[in-house]
Amino acid sequence: MSDARDARETRLGVFKTYKLYVGGKFPRSESGRVYEVADAKGAGKDGAKDGSWLANAPLASRKDARDAVVAARKAVPGWSGATAYNRGQVLYRVAEMLEGRREQFAREVADAEGLSKSKAAAAVDAAVDRWVWYAGWTDKIAQVAGGANPVAGPYFNFSTPEPTGVVAVLAPQDSALLGLVSVLAPVIATGNTAVVVASERAPLPALSLGEVLATSDVPGGVVNILSGRTAEIATPLAAHQDVNAIDLTGASPELAAALEEAAADNLKRVRRPSPTPEDWTADPGTSRLLTWLETKTVWHPMGV
Amino acid sequence: MSPIAPPGKAAAAQAQASPAKGRNKGPRAMGTAEQTAEGTARAGGAPALGEGAVPAYAPEAAQRLSALADVTAGDSALRRFLHGLPGVDAVGLEARAAALGTRSIKTTAKAYALDLAISMIDLTTLEGADTPGKVRALCAKGVHPDPGDRTTPKVAAICVYGDMVGTAKAALAAAGDTDVHVAAVATAFPSGRAARSVKLADTAEAVSAGADEIDMVIDRGAFLAGRYMDVFEEIRAVKAACARPDGTAAHLKVIFENGELSTYDNIRRASWLAMLAGADFIKTSTGKVAVNATPPNTLLMLEAVRDFRRTVGVQVGVKPAGGIRTAKDAIKYLVLVNETAGGDWLSPQWFRFGASSLLNDLLMQRHKLSTGRYSGPDYVTVD
Repeated sequence: MSDARDARETRLGVFKTYKLYVGGKFPRSESGRVYEVADAKGAGKDGAKDGSWLANAPLASRKDARDAVVAARKAVPGWSGATAYNRGQVLYRVAEMLEGRREQFAREVADAEGLSKSKAAAAVDAAVDRWVWYAGWTDKIAQVAGGANPVAGPYFNFSTPEPTGVVAVLAPQDSALLGLVSVLAPVIATGNTAVVVASERAPLPALSLGEVLATSDVPGGVVNILSGRTAEIATPLAAHQDVNAIDLTGASPELAAALEEAAADNLKRVRRPSPTPEDWTADPGTSRLLTWLETKTVWHPMGV
Repeated sequence: MSPIAPPGKAAAAQAQASPAKGRNKGPRAMGTAEQTAEGTARAGGAPALGEGAVPAYAPEAAQRLSALADVTAGDSALRRFLHGLPGVDAVGLEARAAALGTRSIKTTAKAYALDLAISMIDLTTLEGADTPGKVRALCAKGVHPDPGDRTTPKVAAICVYGDMVGTAKAALAAAGDTDVHVAAVATAFPSGRAARSVKLADTAEAVSAGADEIDMVIDRGAFLAGRYMDVFEEIRAVKAACARPDGTAAHLKVIFENGELSTYDNIRRASWLAMLAGADFIKTSTGKVAVNATPPNTLLMLEAVRDFRRTVGVQVGVKPAGGIRTAKDAIKYLVLVNETAGGDWLSPQWFRFGASSLLNDLLMQRHKLSTGRYSGPDYVTVD
């Protein structure tokens, strides 16, 4: 009897090695670097130092960003060519997988954001619902954003929204899971592929989300998740000639201005951070979906 | 009985010595900022030759090779010689190739290596669907790989099927460039399965159409069956067919198709066989089979040309082909050259890459170095 108790008491916990999610695989940072992630309890202005240690997260380098863009570019033809219906099913599958790991995510979100258990669980539920919501939009956004245009000539004239391509996403710093899902889901729902820079202070829920995505029919490379210093990773992404758009939601105003300038070089589509803090629990609307779509208009002669 | 020192001994000694030697050579061989500004290593036209060695196409080469006439005198002598070559330590070879692949080449050395690699490319299109238009586009790209940056060096050659030689020649002339060579594959490429008369006619036609270089394939069937003399004589005959009426000759590259030779020992034997028969270049593969150029088999061939120059005094070039797609790979090969054969081979005269998509990656890396931004495939041509 006492032997059994001793065994229980002396068992060593198994710590999780958090890794990046790039091209459907879970690599460490190319640089081999990690940084300490702490919980949000008593977190002051510079965050990590004040709370207690949770885990080490990879400190991604610009080469990790480069590799992620290569993976995302490779995934563009398959994902943008998939039917909208199919993309909706895949996104719904993500919601199913996330639902199955609610406890894990609730714990991670509670640690990351300093929420109570019930509030963290509510945030995870909202994130699951957000996936479902965007899953429904995949095959409906074209009707909202596109249509048949009346023209003065014997032509059919259609406008159809098409995916922009590779989108770099700076996830919100404050909301580690719900905020991340709210910015990521619209990018891939519209057929783009994403390179996500997770919240710098609280990257663990994002890195765990990579495991959910890997097991839910999302093709490798469609979502790539990096953790590390936002400014360090975002700078090469903003200047990268093979990135088509960048979402600056998680950037500070000064960083956002610098990144927008760098992004202008190859005419990236830029979504500026909201000037007021965004309420991630509110109805998201279609604004984020429409940001990552390019309108293609086709003239087709009517039959004689 | 063999008149030459066993190359294996020399190889082993060199393998011991070369890491230190390579480090000493590094700064010189991998270049400086000034060299980079010059653009390319091809600028100095004269081939780099050390220790009084001559290229295989030089008149003296025949006389030097004749010093080994007794090993090529007959089938059994040749077999005895080739089988007398020391066996290859496969584990050691692969380990050494892998170790050399970890060198870090950065900043100015990287800029030099990228330009050198571009200048060493045999820009290749060997498809059944090749059209004159595609060959012309390739020639234009070879002369000005990056139209937005005139400091980009030219490629070494355009490699096409024999019937496209005329088109390529005309296109290069139209682009105002006579430095870029035209290489033609011949002798029933890629399988090499045709009568010798057909192979010789194939070669002669390409040469008369203006090919500067001929890439021939060896008869792997004969080689694997042990009929080394047949292979030897065929290379000799093709070399003779490379002669032009004015007394000059197209340079001959001999393709082994390493993937089909199956063992490293066979690759070493094929290398010596081809060099004894007068090859100007030895080339790893056609690019048409599953296993093409790999760092170990290229390292092995580099050791062979190094030992051959040391014993015979004739310098032969090496061309890995097939499967080299990234700038990173190309730089690894350049490190192999510098550390194995030495800096003398670091020139388009003595080392080439048979490649097509490699050029785009080198250009993207070049953009990255010059602008500090990662480039993308939207900024290079599709081919």
